[in-house]
Amino acid sequence: MSSRVGAARRLRSNPGALCAALIIAVIVALTLFGPWFNPNGSQTLDWSHVASPPTWQSAHWFGTDRLGRDLYARTLEGARVSLAVGLLASAVSLLIGIGYGALAGFIGGRTDHLMMRIIETLSGLPLIFFVIFLNVVLGRNEYILFLSIGAVGWLTMARIVRGQTMSLRRREFIEAAIVSGAGTARIIVKHVIPNVIGPVVVYATLTVPHIIMLESFLSFLGLGVQEPHASLGTLIAAGAGEMEAAPWILLIPGGLLAVLLLALNLLGDGLRDALDVREPA
Amino acid sequence: MLRYFLTRLAGAVPTLFVIVTITFFLVRAAPGGPFDQEQTLPPQIMANLQTAYGLDQPIWTQYARYLRALAHGDFGPSFKYKDFSVTELIVQGFPVTLEIGATAMVLALLLGVPIGTFAALHRNSAADYAAMSLAVVGIAIPSFVVLPFLGLVFGIYVHWLPVAGWEPRSMRYLVLPIAALTLPPLGVIARLTRAGMLEVLRSDFLRTAAAKGLPLRIMIWRHALRPALLPVASYLAPAVASIMTGSLVVESIAGLPGIGRYMVQGALNRDYTLVLGMVIIYSTLLIVMGLFVDLLYAWLDPRVRLHP
Amino acid sequence: MTPPTLGIEELRVSFTQGPTVIPAVRGVSLAVAPGECVAVVGESGSGKTQLFMAAMGLLPRNAAVDGRVRFEGEDILGAPLGRLNRIRGSRLTMVFQDPMTSLTPHLKIGIQLAEVLVCHAGMSWSEAGAAARRMLERVRVPDPQHRLNQYPHELSGGLRQRVMIGMSLLCNPGLLIADEPTTALDVSVQAQIIDLLRAMREEIGMALVLISHDLSVVAGLADRLLVMYAGRIVESASAVEVFARARHPYTAALLKCVPGLTGPPPARLPTLPGQPPRPQDPERGCAFAPRCSRAEERCRAQRPMLQEAGGAQAVGAASLVACHFPLLP
Repeated sequence: MSSRVGAARRLRSNPGALCAALIIAVIVALTLFGPWFNPNGSQTLDWSHVASPPTWQSAHWFGTDRLGRDLYARTLEGARVSLAVGLLASAVSLLIGIGYGALAGFIGGRTDHLMMRIIETLSGLPLIFFVIFLNVVLGRNEYILFLSIGAVGWLTMARIVRGQTMSLRRREFIEAAIVSGAGTARIIVKHVIPNVIGPVVVYATLTVPHIIMLESFLSFLGLGVQEPHASLGTLIAAGAGEMEAAPWILLIPGGLLAVLLLALNLLGDGLRDALDVREPA
Repeated sequence: MLRYFLTRLAGAVPTLFVIVTITFFLVRAAPGGPFDQEQTLPPQIMANLQTAYGLDQPIWTQYARYLRALAHGDFGPSFKYKDFSVTELIVQGFPVTLEIGATAMVLALLLGVPIGTFAALHRNSAADYAAMSLAVVGIAIPSFVVLPFLGLVFGIYVHWLPVAGWEPRSMRYLVLPIAALTLPPLGVIARLTRAGMLEVLRSDFLRTAAAKGLPLRIMIWRHALRPALLPVASYLAPAVASIMTGSLVVESIAGLPGIGRYMVQGALNRDYTLVLGMVIIYSTLLIVMGLFVDLLYAWLDPRVRLHP
Repeated sequence: MTPPTLGIEELRVSFTQGPTVIPAVRGVSLAVAPGECVAVVGESGSGKTQLFMAAMGLLPRNAAVDGRVRFEGEDILGAPLGRLNRIRGSRLTMVFQDPMTSLTPHLKIGIQLAEVLVCHAGMSWSEAGAAARRMLERVRVPDPQHRLNQYPHELSGGLRQRVMIGMSLLCNPGLLIADEPTTALDVSVQAQIIDLLRAMREEIGMALVLISHDLSVVAGLADRLLVMYAGRIVESASAVEVFARARHPYTAALLKCVPGLTGPPPARLPTLPGQPPRPQDPERGCAFAPRCSRAEERCRAQRPMLQEAGGAQAVGAASLVACHFPLLP
C-alpha cells in the first residue's frame, strides 16, 4: 500500500505526465461539450463556405471541408468516435487479456504452456493484416471493427496479467488465505486484484492509444468507420487529398490525433515510471 | 548451426500452413463474392465467371488446387486486375516495398542506436531529454499522420520534395515515405538502446574495462554495445511488422507501386487471391525475420545456446 | 628516500542519494612503498573497497571525492581522463572480486587480454596475442592456446581469476590492487590464487594492495596491515606486529575469530557481538565503542585519532592505532 503513496508522489513530480493528463481531459471535455459552443451540425452542408479556411469571425471556427461541412463539428465528432472506439475496443482487449492471462497464470502447468505458445505465435504475426482481412471478409460493420481491433490488442495485457498471477500464486499470503478458508471469490477480490491492478492500469493506458491508432489506420484506409460518420482517421484521409488547396482540413484533425496519442503515451509512460512496472521477460 | 537453422525452418512451415488454411477458408466462407461489387451481372455471365475462376468447385477441391498452385509459386489470378496474376503483382511490387522498408529499418538502426547511446552517456542532460522526447513523438504519432505533415512542410511550403508519385530509379519520391516509415521504429530503438546501455554501464565488466585504462569509445564499441543491444534485437521482428504495416499506408498516400498498396486495394476491392497472397508474403517475411533474430541473439550473447 | 608508489592523503568519499549524503570513507591517509604488500582489512561497509575505487577513478557519478592521491609521483585524483587512462591498466591495475561478472561475457579471453597490450604498449594484435599466451603460461593456466579462444563462461572460477590477474600484470605494473580476489572462489582454490600472487610478486616485484575481510587470506602475504572500521583506519602496523600484538580491540577481536589450525577446537566459534554502524548514522565518539568490551565514557564522547602506539616496533614500520585505550603488550 505504501508503494501506492510513493507512486502518486512520483507521478505528481512528472511534469510531462501531468501535462498529458490535462490535455486529455481538455480534449475529452471538448468532444463532449464542444458542440454546444458552435451551432453547426457535423452533417450540414454550407454551400456558401466551401473549403474556407479557419477564422474566428465567421461561423466556422475551424473552417470547412470540400463539401462545406463545418470542420469544428466534424473534428469533434471524429474525436468522439475515435475515443469511443478506442475505449470500447480497449475494454474488449482488456477483458480478453485479463481473463486469458489470469487463467493461464492460475492454472499453470501444461495448459499455461500451451496458452503461452498460442500468444507467442500470435504475437509474431502481422495481426493488422488479419484485421483488414476480417473487415474485407465480414463486411464493413462497425461492431466487427470493435471486435476485431479488440481481438488484436489483448496479447500484451494477457502476458502481463499472467506474469502477475503466477508470481502472486506463489506468495504466502494467498496460501494463507486459502488455508484460512477464504472462498476463491474473496481471495480474488481482496488479494489478487489489488496486486494486479498496477500493471493493468499502466498497460490499459498504453493500450488505448495503440487501439485508437489501429482504428484511425483502418478508417484512413477506408476499412473502418464509414461515411458520413467521421473518425479522425477518415478526416485525415480526406485532408490528405486536399493538402495543397486547403491544408487545414488535414492539419486540424491530424494535429488533434497526434496530440491525443502523444498525451496518452506520455501519461502511460508516466504511470509506468511511477508504479515502477517492468515488462515481463 | 545449420541443423538449427533447418529445424527452425521446418518448424515454420506448419505455422505458415495454418495461416494459409485459415485465411483461405475464412475468405471462402464470407458472404458475398469478389464480383458482387460490380453491377449485377446476368446469371449466365456470373456462372461463367465462377467457372472460369474455379469458384463453382466444391470447397475442398478449391483448397487442394490452391495449395498445389502455391507449391509451384502460383498465387492464382487477381480477381480485380484481370490481366495480372497475383504472382506477377507480387514480383512487380515487392522490390519497391523492400526498398523503402529495408532502408527504413536500416536507418532506424543506424540513427537509433547512436542516439540512444548518446542519451545514456549523457543521462539526465538536456540532450538526453530532448532525444527521448523526440523518440516519444516518433512512437506515438502514426505514419499516416506524419507523412501528410511532412508532405505539407517539405512538399508544399518549401517545395523541396515531391509529395507523391513515383518514377523508377528516382530517389526524390522515396525520401518522405522512407522518413515516415523510419520514425516509429527509430523512436523505439533509441529508447531501448538507452535503457540497455544504462544497464550495461553499471555492470562489473565495464568497470574492469575502465580499470584497464581503455578509452571510452573502445569501451562502448567493444564491451558495452553488444549486450546493450539485446533488447533491440528482441524488437527487430516487431519493428519489421510495424514497418510492414506502415508501408500499407505510406505507399497508398504516396502512390508508390509496392505490395502494400496492392494489399490495400485488394482489401477495398475484396480481391480474395490478392489479399491472400499478400498475407502469405508478409507472414513468411516475419517468420524469416524471427529466425534471423535468433541467430543475431546468439552472436550478441555467446552464452545463448541454440536449441533446435 | 624513494617516494611511495601510492600516496593517499585525507581521502573522503561520500555518496549522494537524493537529499541524503552518505559518507563511505571519512579521511584516510596511507602510503604504499615500492614493492611492498599492504593488506587492508575490514568488514563490508568499512569503506575499504570504496577507498581504492576512488583512487582508481572508478566510482559512479553520485560519488563525491575529496583529498589527494599520488601515484608514482603524479596526482591522479581528478586527473583528466586521458592521463588517467594511460596509467590505469598499465602501471596501476586492479583485480576484482567476482571474476565471472568482471569479464566481458561476449569477448574471447584472448581479446580481453590482448587489448591491454594493443592499447598501452602499441603492439599489433598478433604480437599481443602471443604475449597473452605467454602470460597465461606464467599464471599457470593449462592449455593456454585453447583458453585464448574461449569465452569467460567456459572457464572455472579459479581460472577466470588467474586470467584477471594475468590481465593486470601484462604491462608490468608498479602497483596491483586486489579487491577480495579470493572471496568468490572455493576454499581449495583460494590458496592457489594467493600463491599465485606471491609468485608474481617475486617475479615482477610490483607493490600489492590486498583488500580482504578475511585475515587468514592476508597472513602469508602482507608486509603491513591496515585495519579499517566505519570509514577510517583504526590500526596500521607491520603484519608481524599485528598478528603478534594487535593494539586495537577490533583487530584483536578479528584475530580471535580466525580459528587456528593447532590446538583443540574451541567450544564455540568466537564472534563479534553487534553490527558495524551504518554509514548514514552520525558519528559520536569512537565508532567501535558500542561493540567494545573496553569502552568507557571517553570513548563515546571523543573520537580517538590515529597515533603512534607505544611498545616494540618492527624496524622501519610505524605502528599506529586509533584508540583511547589500546591493548598494550
